[in-house]
Amino acid sequence: MELNNVMSFPILTWSIFLPMAGAIFIWLFVRGEMAVRWVALAVSVATFLLTLPLWKYFDNATAHMQFEEFHPWISAFNVNYHLGVDGISMPFILLTSLLTVVCIVSAWECIKTRIKEYMIAFLVLETTLIGVFAALDGMLFYFFWEAMLIPMFLIIGVWGGTNRVYATIKFFLYTLAGSVLMLLALLAMYFKAGHTFDIQALMDYPFDFTWQIWIWIAFFIAFAVKVPMWPVHTWLPDAHTEAPTAGSVILAGILLKMGAYGFLRFSLPICPDASQYFVPLMVVLSLVAVIYISLVAMMQQDMKRLIAYSSIAHMGFVTLGTFMFTQQSIEGAIFGMISHGFIAAALFLCVGVLYDRMHTREIAAYGGVANVMPVFAVVTLLFCMANVALPGSSAFIAEIMVLIGTFSADQLYEFLISSKWVAVLAASSVVLSACYTLWMYKRVIMGDLIKDEVKAMPDMNVRELAFFAPLMVLVLWLGLYPIPVLDVLHSSVSHLIVQATTSKLPAAHALAQAQNIQQIVIH
Amino acid sequence: MDTMLSTTELLAIPALPLAAALIVGLFGWALKEKVSHIICIAGVVGAALLSVHVFMQVLDGASFYGNFWTWMLSGRFVVPVGMMIDQLTVIMMMTVTIVSACVHIYTIGYMHGDPGYTRFFSYISAFTFSMLVLVMGNSFFTLFFGWEAVGLFSYLLIGFWFKRENANVAAMKAFIVNRVGDFGFAIGILAVWYYFGTVEYKEVFAAVPQFVSQGDSLHFLSWQMDAITFICIALFIGAMGKSAQVPLHVWLPDSMEGPTPISALIHAATMVTAGVFMVARLSPMFEFSETALAMVTVVGAITAWLCATIGLVQNDIKRVIAYSTCSQLGYMFVACGVSAYSVGIFHLMTHAYFKALLFLAAGSVIHAVMADQDIRRMGQLRKYMPATYITMLIGALALSGIPPFAGFWSKDLIIEAAAVRGMGWVSELAYWSVLTGVFMTAFYTFRMFFLTFHNSDRVPEETRAHLHESPKVITVPLMILAIGAAVAGWWGANILNIPGVETANNFFGNSIFVMEAHNPLLRLEEVEHSAGGHFWLEYGALVLALAGMATAWFMYFRETVYPARLAATFSGVHRFLLNKWWFDEMNWKIFIMPARNFGTFLWKKGDLAMIDRGLIHGGIIGGVIAGMNRMRAAQTGMVYHYAFAMVIGVFVLLTYLVLKG
Repeated sequence: MELNNVMSFPILTWSIFLPMAGAIFIWLFVRGEMAVRWVALAVSVATFLLTLPLWKYFDNATAHMQFEEFHPWISAFNVNYHLGVDGISMPFILLTSLLTVVCIVSAWECIKTRIKEYMIAFLVLETTLIGVFAALDGMLFYFFWEAMLIPMFLIIGVWGGTNRVYATIKFFLYTLAGSVLMLLALLAMYFKAGHTFDIQALMDYPFDFTWQIWIWIAFFIAFAVKVPMWPVHTWLPDAHTEAPTAGSVILAGILLKMGAYGFLRFSLPICPDASQYFVPLMVVLSLVAVIYISLVAMMQQDMKRLIAYSSIAHMGFVTLGTFMFTQQSIEGAIFGMISHGFIAAALFLCVGVLYDRMHTREIAAYGGVANVMPVFAVVTLLFCMANVALPGSSAFIAEIMVLIGTFSADQLYEFLISSKWVAVLAASSVVLSACYTLWMYKRVIMGDLIKDEVKAMPDMNVRELAFFAPLMVLVLWLGLYPIPVLDVLHSSVSHLIVQATTSKLPAAHALAQAQNIQQIVIH
Repeated sequence: MDTMLSTTELLAIPALPLAAALIVGLFGWALKEKVSHIICIAGVVGAALLSVHVFMQVLDGASFYGNFWTWMLSGRFVVPVGMMIDQLTVIMMMTVTIVSACVHIYTIGYMHGDPGYTRFFSYISAFTFSMLVLVMGNSFFTLFFGWEAVGLFSYLLIGFWFKRENANVAAMKAFIVNRVGDFGFAIGILAVWYYFGTVEYKEVFAAVPQFVSQGDSLHFLSWQMDAITFICIALFIGAMGKSAQVPLHVWLPDSMEGPTPISALIHAATMVTAGVFMVARLSPMFEFSETALAMVTVVGAITAWLCATIGLVQNDIKRVIAYSTCSQLGYMFVACGVSAYSVGIFHLMTHAYFKALLFLAAGSVIHAVMADQDIRRMGQLRKYMPATYITMLIGALALSGIPPFAGFWSKDLIIEAAAVRGMGWVSELAYWSVLTGVFMTAFYTFRMFFLTFHNSDRVPEETRAHLHESPKVITVPLMILAIGAAVAGWWGANILNIPGVETANNFFGNSIFVMEAHNPLLRLEEVEHSAGGHFWLEYGALVLALAGMATAWFMYFRETVYPARLAATFSGVHRFLLNKWWFDEMNWKIFIMPARNFGTFLWKKGDLAMIDRGLIHGGIIGGVIAGMNRMRAAQTGMVYHYAFAMVIGVFVLLTYLVLKG
């Protein structure tokens, strides 16, 4: 049954380095633009197929790491090449490999210059992203996390829009500032916890409260920039607006999730006491994301900027759910990341379809698109309604689970006073998301055909439909039958909650926490 | 109550319209018009026949409760998907599918030649499916799913003619205003799960009495309310949105921008009554909260009265009927609020028939006068369209509450129930609102009727040549609905005993829960059996209805100069009503503009000025960009090639180390 035990096939290593190998192959041997496209597609599809067994042979019943691989890397510093996945990280690997295929198909025609470098950049990016989600060694994680910056930097900087230099530098500096602090935190832990970067060892090491607070803050800054959370979010709208379509897709679909994944992988289990201590901060920032950012999104004149802001608002739900420590809220948060990976990606692709035809992202330049592109109007409607979290779409499952978990969190934990009212405030997203999404839909898609430029637009072609089709199926399927994905999460999330609510402080707290765990297990 | 209904049959009822909608939605372009409408009509008529069959079985004591699959599962949080079929459900199923079938057939004639013909059929079939899920489900989540799905199709159908700016604005408005209600609904669901640990009706209802006796309460700042009241009010806010109750009624009149068949189906007969259905369905919860019942009653009473006043002066034929719908929904909520749920549902049913009839007849008129909806440019149309004329007359009499037509039976009971309920000022207010509302209802209905079919002929010359009776596909559904509008009241009251005044053979049985102390119908019997002096209670409404008709007859049939003169004398009042109490303007000034301005403020001042320019751009980024630009000039422009080589080099090294390791 269990592939990882029966066979010693290093599936994670293969998933990580196959795209890299493909990139090198393209770089050295492939000539001609068409050939580059097809080889890149073949490599990405192969990677996707390679990651499927991760799901097939995944054991839902355990919270232990699976498909583990361990090799010493830099022995002098006890840095190891240690890979493995649990229910929290495994879905993201699949998400990455799937979205990379979508990105490569979507760039088929609209990238005109340096197509070879473009494809190489995406394949390298895939390597680093899968690496981030599979790494179980702090240094290895940091290595992939930093390496990811370079292809992303190039994607925006080389194939981006007119104001790309500003956007790239902003993106780069924000993330770099965050990751420097993360490096410091990792080094600090390394020396404190007896020369190890192993994430599982760090989870078990009893850091005292002051240490936890400082480590937590350093991680917080790194992850908050990535998520992004207010007030370090302004790089995202710029990066999205300037990035080429596929860049936006990967940015919204995967890169943002790395921040929230970081909270789940590092902050909660390594610094449980600090995490509880900072709940009020996280709640406030999450609510700011839901309400403030939604209002800002409503007033945007640029489609990509609007969707970028909408992404930040949706990530507010994710951070809120993460810091409510209930089974439903954390599962909702993870499910929300997966769901948002599809929906935001699809919405950026929708904008890309329009951009390819008219070369503007200005909402006011459109109007009445439904007249000439009926198929496109239906596809966009589906994703807009999913963005509004209508039941039947995956976003509904995510949001209602976060809200349910948040509303009931104060039943479980005394430190979460009045989480009911937090849920009530967060639920305002029901109205706000409808406002900005439908207003955009109305201005772009509906209306009479007045503008000559719009009249000339052809409807979507088969290639374009091809990359929307899997996303449509997934959004509806996860919305109607989310159980298979939720099943993957249960054990790992339960385990995480126990970690995050078990104090690492001396005995006095321990008793109270033990009772807490009992309660959660019953819950 | 012992026999179980067949699962296959029950599943087929929503599945047929859904299958039809999917087939036509996906392949409508290939199937062409005729095949498309045959598929959709077959689906819906099939569902209607099965619903009638289920109805008969339920009359004989069958029922169903069961789950089919699990939608969500996380820890203690389980959301099953299943059905709960009882008397309340079947009466809704029957109403929905029969009206929907009539509207489907009518649509063949009404939408003939429209470029979106197949799309329209696919939408209305999908809507029927959603509505069936809404009424047949067995948990708060199936209710919410259906609730949002009907909202989606309402949005799509209001904006069906997407070239029209007004239609697009109305569609968006409908969706967003409904979402304000859904905000309350969602919170209600959260609270239900929080307090009961389940979302299935049966389990929640069973737990309510015990729960209320515990006396849980919610605190927020200094404000406190008991939990069941909080839950009921939150859920009722959802009902207010969907059922267009003041102040969330503003979307319904605007929804008339959609094609008329959907005004009849969605915005009169079915979707907008979902809120009433919800309150009746949840009667085992509402009964335990006096405050929530009082709120239902007051909101219903205000809406019943306020929307009737607006209806008095409107000139758009569909808007008159739309305001009438808001107002009649208010009547239904009053019935529920005074614990006469059975009467509320009875009125829901009769209203579905006569209001759908009125809308479809109005559509027939609009069709004849070439899409003009202004009753000031109609008149004397009875000469051209006798079938429409007669059927609309039946609808108008039913709406006004003239015996023996349908509206009389249900509306009269609402008023009587409100009169005897005894909730202090709440039921007093309700009673006087619905009673005076009767006069206004009769007046505006017949004002519209006389202006359309009698009065002077004011049809513009260019449309006169076009005047004609509508084809059979339009008039036959009118006649079917006219039969419903004529006899549904009598049939329901005397054969089925839907209101259940004599509780011995109450139609609803256990599907509706009423506390004995609340039940106005019991008290009504006592009053009626006691001696003397209740003439006004029994005949007051009828007298007022006749008076309203007479006034309309006098002003719009006989002395047609009076309306203008009255409008001039009371120009302030007239303008106030004509502008619908300035609700739209208030919403614009209080909510929409401030929200937009605040959004712009947060964007320009918060994000751009404070964070970007203040913190980042001014300091860090500015410096770096300046530096970068200088560097770029010195480079060959191949930076990214070097970067690539670097990254790839690192990876090769890493791989080597791993393999060697």
